[in-house]
Amino acid sequence: MAEHKILATTGNSVVAEAMRQCKPNVMAAYPITPQTTIVEEFAGFVAKGKTDCEYVTVESEHSAMSACIGASAAGARVMTATSSQGLALMWEELHIAAGMRLPIVMANANRALSAPINIHCDHSDIMGARDTGWVTYFAETAQEAYDNTIMAVRVAEHPDVMLPVMSTLDGFITTHSIDRVDVMDDTSVGGFVGDYEPKNPLLDTDTPTLHGSFSGLGGPFFEFKRQQREAMENARAVIKQVGDEYAELSGRPFDVIQTWGMEDAETAIVVLGSTAGNARHVARDLRAKGQKVGVVKVRVWRPFPYAELAAALKGLKAVAVLDRAESFGAEGGPLFLEVRGALYDLEQRVPVVGYIYGLGGADVKLELMERVYRDLSDIAAGGAAPGSLVYLGAREEA
Amino acid sequence: MPQLTEIRWHARAGQGAVTAAKVVAETALAADQYMQAMPEYGPERMGAPIKAFTRISSDPIEIHCNIENPDIIIVLDDSLLDVVDIAEGIHDGGVIIINTCTPADQVKTRLGVSESVRVASVDASGIALDTIKRDIPNTPMVGALIKLTSVIDMDVFKGLLAKNLSKKFGQEMIDANWASVDRAFTEVTVA
Repeated sequence: MAEHKILATTGNSVVAEAMRQCKPNVMAAYPITPQTTIVEEFAGFVAKGKTDCEYVTVESEHSAMSACIGASAAGARVMTATSSQGLALMWEELHIAAGMRLPIVMANANRALSAPINIHCDHSDIMGARDTGWVTYFAETAQEAYDNTIMAVRVAEHPDVMLPVMSTLDGFITTHSIDRVDVMDDTSVGGFVGDYEPKNPLLDTDTPTLHGSFSGLGGPFFEFKRQQREAMENARAVIKQVGDEYAELSGRPFDVIQTWGMEDAETAIVVLGSTAGNARHVARDLRAKGQKVGVVKVRVWRPFPYAELAAALKGLKAVAVLDRAESFGAEGGPLFLEVRGALYDLEQRVPVVGYIYGLGGADVKLELMERVYRDLSDIAAGGAAPGSLVYLGAREEA
Repeated sequence: MPQLTEIRWHARAGQGAVTAAKVVAETALAADQYMQAMPEYGPERMGAPIKAFTRISSDPIEIHCNIENPDIIIVLDDSLLDVVDIAEGIHDGGVIIINTCTPADQVKTRLGVSESVRVASVDASGIALDTIKRDIPNTPMVGALIKLTSVIDMDVFKGLLAKNLSKKFGQEMIDANWASVDRAFTEVTVA
């Protein structure tokens, strides 16, 4: 076990601390609410000489990720952070970072995308990056954001993976709230992540290599993509192995999903991020009243834990999937579609209903969680599903 | 059952409500409690009405929603009584503490809260001007909070206050802040 101290601090502050402890060589970043305090605090570490990281100030997120790609290809350990419109502006570079197999680690403060303009939490930004080829973690708490950021380095740089990794935390709810966080000592974290030894760095001028070059018709483009898929599949085992090692160091168990009450649950909520806590809080109350309810929190979004979810949800009488993002025109939100997919091969059909909640930071009141469990209880008792997708808690008159 | 206490702070931006919410949370942590502290986020400009929140519990706090039914409401500026429904959602048996020269019974009548709600009045601005020599009412208000509730401990709070202040100030400033806490603790009146 590592030496550690318990702090009253924010999610952003401990993400900046985790990044400092992981000793990146280069950070290129552009500030955007509610990510700003991550890069602000990290810039403070640079200014005070608490890290020898090269901090590159850039004029946009497009440039931030471009600089990260260049630095990573050169052989550096590279980190950055962004949010919302900033992540959207990085979109083409996100594909390039993954396609060039660069182990960049980025924090994302999950926030809505315009329009209307909104700075608050939802998962629209991160879902827009879903197919860019990045391994993606979600954090419920500041503690998980800290833990995930450290694990992300090991996963990204693992020779079987070599993919960029995003460590996401909910804007304001997790980024800005002061919470109780257990922070490990520098030596333990430094030892855990180790040094990065790039395989084909551009700066190795004795053995010149080509990165991200043209691959036209007949070239290896298609095969490159297959290798990316293999790397993402390899990440499944690596994430678990790194999680196990991290649990030994930190004393905090890790798995790609976290289940609560699922040993004998008849109904369950599946959810990403901070709302998992709200669901669990209500589930505890309902359990105390004798209702067999559970919660499944998805901690790793890419690669998606299909097998783990199928095992956890098998045999349930009804499952609700809560999405903090839209996929307009689809049957439900992105998580809903994945969970339905995960359950398709089960012998016995599990009824799954989808809810859209909390867009643009709409408050996730406990009574909304109670309502979902009530709906599930009705379905489990043979009642009809709510029908079309439910906008949970949306005002009718607005 | 775990004991969860929820506090809502009302202030004008610049009066130190967010800092106070944070220090109360840190005091709870120093006593090995679990806590959350969060400002309400919106456009920030000096003097605008703002809210901040603190949760304190003996057990891990899992909820991440707004506090709508606080156990304790702390108001750092009594001019807010004209513009904000500061008593909104207060629990029966809850506590409202206001920085004001108006006697507690008059404030209670004006707020129109139920008899079970305790309304406390303390001239925290006057105390701050006397002791700290600046109108920063947040620290004495915590003294009043400690008098009326057992949510945090006086000695732990004073220790933390000294630790935070010593980064920038000398013993004189620490003593002035301690005096402001003690005076508010003594002078707060309840209706």
